[in-house]
Amino acid sequence: MATAFDRMAETAARATPPALAGRMRGLSDTAIAWLFISPTIILLLAINIFPLIWTIQLSFTNYRANRPNAVVKNVGLDNYTTILSNADVWAAMQATAHFVFWTILLQTVIGFTLAWLIDRRFRGHAFWTTVILIPMMLSPAVVGNFWRFLYQPQIGLFNYIVSFFTGVPPSSFEMTGTVALAPWSIIIVDTWMWTPYVMLICLAGLRSIPDYIYEAAEVDRASKWRQFWSITLPMALPFIMLAVLFRGIENFKMFDMVNLLTGGGPGSTTEVASITLKREAFEKWRTGFSSAFAIILFVTVFGLANIYVKALNRVKQR
Amino acid sequence: MSATTAHSVVEPGTLSRRVAGGIVILYALVSMIPLFWIFITGFKTPPDSISYPPKVVFTPSLEGYCNLFTTRTRQTQDYIDALGPPRSECDRITRSRYMVIAGPSNYLPRFINSVVIAFGSTFCAVVLGVLAAYGFSRFRVPLKDDLLFFILSTRMMPPIAVAIPIYLMYRHLGLSDTALGMILLYTAVNVSLAVWLLKGFIDEIPREYEEAAMIDGYTRLQAFWKVVLPQAATGIAATAIFCLIFAWNEYAFAVLLTSGSAQTAPPFIPTIIGEGGMDWPAVGAGTTLFLVPILVFTVLLRRHLLRGITFGAVRK
Repeated sequence: MATAFDRMAETAARATPPALAGRMRGLSDTAIAWLFISPTIILLLAINIFPLIWTIQLSFTNYRANRPNAVVKNVGLDNYTTILSNADVWAAMQATAHFVFWTILLQTVIGFTLAWLIDRRFRGHAFWTTVILIPMMLSPAVVGNFWRFLYQPQIGLFNYIVSFFTGVPPSSFEMTGTVALAPWSIIIVDTWMWTPYVMLICLAGLRSIPDYIYEAAEVDRASKWRQFWSITLPMALPFIMLAVLFRGIENFKMFDMVNLLTGGGPGSTTEVASITLKREAFEKWRTGFSSAFAIILFVTVFGLANIYVKALNRVKQR
Repeated sequence: MSATTAHSVVEPGTLSRRVAGGIVILYALVSMIPLFWIFITGFKTPPDSISYPPKVVFTPSLEGYCNLFTTRTRQTQDYIDALGPPRSECDRITRSRYMVIAGPSNYLPRFINSVVIAFGSTFCAVVLGVLAAYGFSRFRVPLKDDLLFFILSTRMMPPIAVAIPIYLMYRHLGLSDTALGMILLYTAVNVSLAVWLLKGFIDEIPREYEEAAMIDGYTRLQAFWKVVLPQAATGIAATAIFCLIFAWNEYAFAVLLTSGSAQTAPPFIPTIIGEGGMDWPAVGAGTTLFLVPILVFTVLLRRHLLRGITFGAVRK
C-alpha cells in the first residue's frame, strides 16, 4: 500500500525531470545508432520506396492520372509486353545507347588526355584546372538552354565559328533542327560540360601512381611509350572505369539538356528514354503504361548501379 | 649518376611542360567561350544580340537586366510623351522601345524560391546525413553494407521515373507546387550523397578523440556534439555546398512538379521571351545571375570536388 508520503515523493520526482544528458547517458550505443540512422531511412522509405511500390502496383493497371475518377482496370502484364514489343520504346533505348556511347568515348579520351597533360605540372596548372572544372558545376538545364542561342543558324556563335573555320555558310545548317545533326548538338554540349568530370577523376588516378615505379622503369631503360602503356594506363584504369560508370549511369538518366535543346526532336531522333517517359507520363497521361516503363528503366539502372558499387569497392581497396 | 634528386628521373622536361601547358590553357579558354558569351549577351541590346556576324565589341546596355526584372506593354508615342520624365534608367530604356513598364516579372520570386528550396533542403539533408553517417561510421549496424547500398541506390533512379508516383502522392497530400514538397524531395535525393560523403569524413576522425572525451566523463552524445562535429566541420561544409549546388541546379523534378508559386529558376529561365521570340539579353542576364553563386561555390570547393563527385570513393 502506498502511503501519502510515497505518493508525494513520486509527484516530486515527476515534477523534476532528470537532466537530458542524464537520461541520454542510459542510451545504449545500439539505441543511439538506430536513433541516428532511422530518420534518414524513414525519409527514404517515404519519398523513394513507398512511391516505388506504388509505381509497381500502377504498372499492372491502365490508370490515367488526368482521369482520377475513371474505373481502373487491372491489365496484368499487358503494359510490360506492350513496352517490350513497342518500336518507339526500342528506338528510344537505341537513341539512349548511341548517346551514352559517344559522350563517354569523347569525354574519356579528351578527359584523360587533359589529365595526362595537367600531370606535367606546368606553371599555373592548379589555376587552369579549376577553370576547366567550372562547366561541370553549372546547371545543365540553364546552360543547355543558352546553348540553344549558340546553335541558332545565322546569328548563333557556334555556327559562326564553324563557318569561320570551314567556310560553310552559317545559315546553311541547323544543329538542333536536322535529323543528322541533332544528336551531335547534344553530344557536344554534354562533352563540353562533363569532360572536366572525367578529367578530375583521371587526374586522381595519375597522381596515385608512385614515382618509384617510373624510376624503376627508367633503370630498366623502358621507353616513355612503353612506360605509358605498361604503367600509366593500367594503373589509372580503375579510375577511368569509375568515371565511365558514373557518366554511364548519369547519361542513361539524361533529361535536362535534351528536353531544352531539342525536346526529343526533330521527329523522335533525339528522344532518349527519359523524354519518352515524360511524354507518356505527363503529356499522354498513360500513367499505368509509363509506370511499367519506369520500372524497366529502374531495373536497368539498378543493374548498372550494382556493377558500379562493385567497381567502386575495388578502387577503394587499392 | 646524374640523378641529384629523387624526382629528377620522372620529372617532365621543360619543353614537354610548356607544350602541355599550352594545350591545357587553350582548352580552358575555348571551354570558357559559352560562359563568356552568356555574360556579354546579358549586356547587349536585343538588336545587338542577334546581329550577324556576332558582335564581340558593342556598347553595353542594361536593357537585358531591365527586361529580366520587368514586364512591359507596348504604347503609342503620344501616350509615352504624355508621361512625366522617366523615373529610372530602366524606365528610360523601356520607353525608347515604345513600351512602358507594366510591373515586376516573375524572375525575382523564382530566384527566391530557388534560394529557399536549396537552403532548406540542404539544411535537412546535412542534419540527417551527419547523424546517419556517424551512426554508420561508429557503430556496428546490422546489414550496414546493404543499408548504405540502399541509400545510394535511391539516387540511381531516373528522376522522371520517380516523378510519376511523387506527382500522384503530392496531389493526394496537397504538396503539389509547394516549397515544402520540393524541400522534402530534394532532401531525399541529397541525403544519399550527404551520408556517403560525411561517412568518409567522419571515418577519418580518430575514434580515440571521442574515447578520451568519454573517459573524461562525456556521454556518447556529448562527445558527438563537442568532439566529432567540430572536427568534421570542413567535411560538413563541403557536403553542404555539394547539396546546395545539386538543389540549385535541379531541373527535372522542378519542371514536372512545380508550375507556379513554388517554381524555381531553372524551369523559369527557358520561358523568358520577348516580343517575337526569345529575349536573349534577358536570358543572358538571368543566366548570369543564376550562375554567379555556383562559380563562387566551385572556387570554395575546389579541394573537395573530387570527393564530392565520386560519392567519397576517391579521396585526395
